[in-house]
Amino acid sequence: MTTDTWSIAGRTFRSRIIVGTGKYASLDETRDAIAASGAEMVTVALRRIDFKAPGPGLLDIIDRSRYLLLPNTAGCYTADEAIRTCMLARELGMDEMVKLEVIGDPKTLYPDNTATVEAAKVLVKEGFTVLPYCGDDLITCKRLIDAGCPAVMPLAAPIGSGLGIRNPHSLRIIIDEVAAPVIVDAGVGTASDAAVAMELGATAVLMNTGIAQARRPVLMAEAMRLAVDAGRKAFLAGRMPVRAYANASSPLVGLIE
Amino acid sequence: MGTPAPDATSDLTVTVNGDPHVVPAGLTITTLLDRLGLGGRRVAVECNRVVVPRAEHGATALADGDRLEVVAFVGGG
Repeated sequence: MTTDTWSIAGRTFRSRIIVGTGKYASLDETRDAIAASGAEMVTVALRRIDFKAPGPGLLDIIDRSRYLLLPNTAGCYTADEAIRTCMLARELGMDEMVKLEVIGDPKTLYPDNTATVEAAKVLVKEGFTVLPYCGDDLITCKRLIDAGCPAVMPLAAPIGSGLGIRNPHSLRIIIDEVAAPVIVDAGVGTASDAAVAMELGATAVLMNTGIAQARRPVLMAEAMRLAVDAGRKAFLAGRMPVRAYANASSPLVGLIE
Repeated sequence: MGTPAPDATSDLTVTVNGDPHVVPAGLTITTLLDRLGLGGRRVAVECNRVVVPRAEHGATALADGDRLEVVAFVGGG
């Protein structure tokens, strides 16, 4: 089998897992977990410097030659805040690719799809490669592609919920109808969730809490890597048709009497 | 908060990450970052909602009432 890769904006990836760097117990654990996940792209957030707590920062443990940085706009509730955050991320020296999120509600962290499309249009004009977190809604995904996004990142369940793939039908429709990579972002709680997303035909899966809040995050990162790989291979292999009744696996002739 | 300077008329009050700082007139972004213990650290600075590129920090003098955001990357999803 030839190498199974995927691309965004001229960059080619072998790994189909993108991982976040939040919620880990330590920087050492962060480094070990992202390594175990096999990710080639990791998300980071942008926040005010805490002048009272200097010391090593996240970038001290991320090998930039190994991982592409994907700054997010987490915590932004308006297009304007998200755009400012991306401008600051660019100034910090990233790779032109951003994970756009414009949140619409603090309890669910569901995206404000309208504001996300609005922000995407501006950011694309500014030269960013915009990967948008969005609802599992085909029309929103189409609007984002029209705005110039090279991929879409619909949610599987609320951010940090670990509820798994709540609406596989919507995701499948998006995967079928959007002619661009579909990255399932948010909601994956355990390895089987990641496998289901990949079996649906997702291009990749993005997760953070499912790894970081496992009892043993580094081991879960490895499990997620294997699950994404297994799900991808199952998708390529093409599953058997589902039947309502049994279909014997052993020959029906030649039975002893 | 900075301590009051002898000649208060030459002092400026700027807001950095939401907190007021009293600084001498003529202070640049580079010297402000040094005073805050960030000399050499990779940070991004926004002044009054506009990013100030790193190359311009040394030549950008602060004005009274400026609102600065000084940010860096942290862990996130």
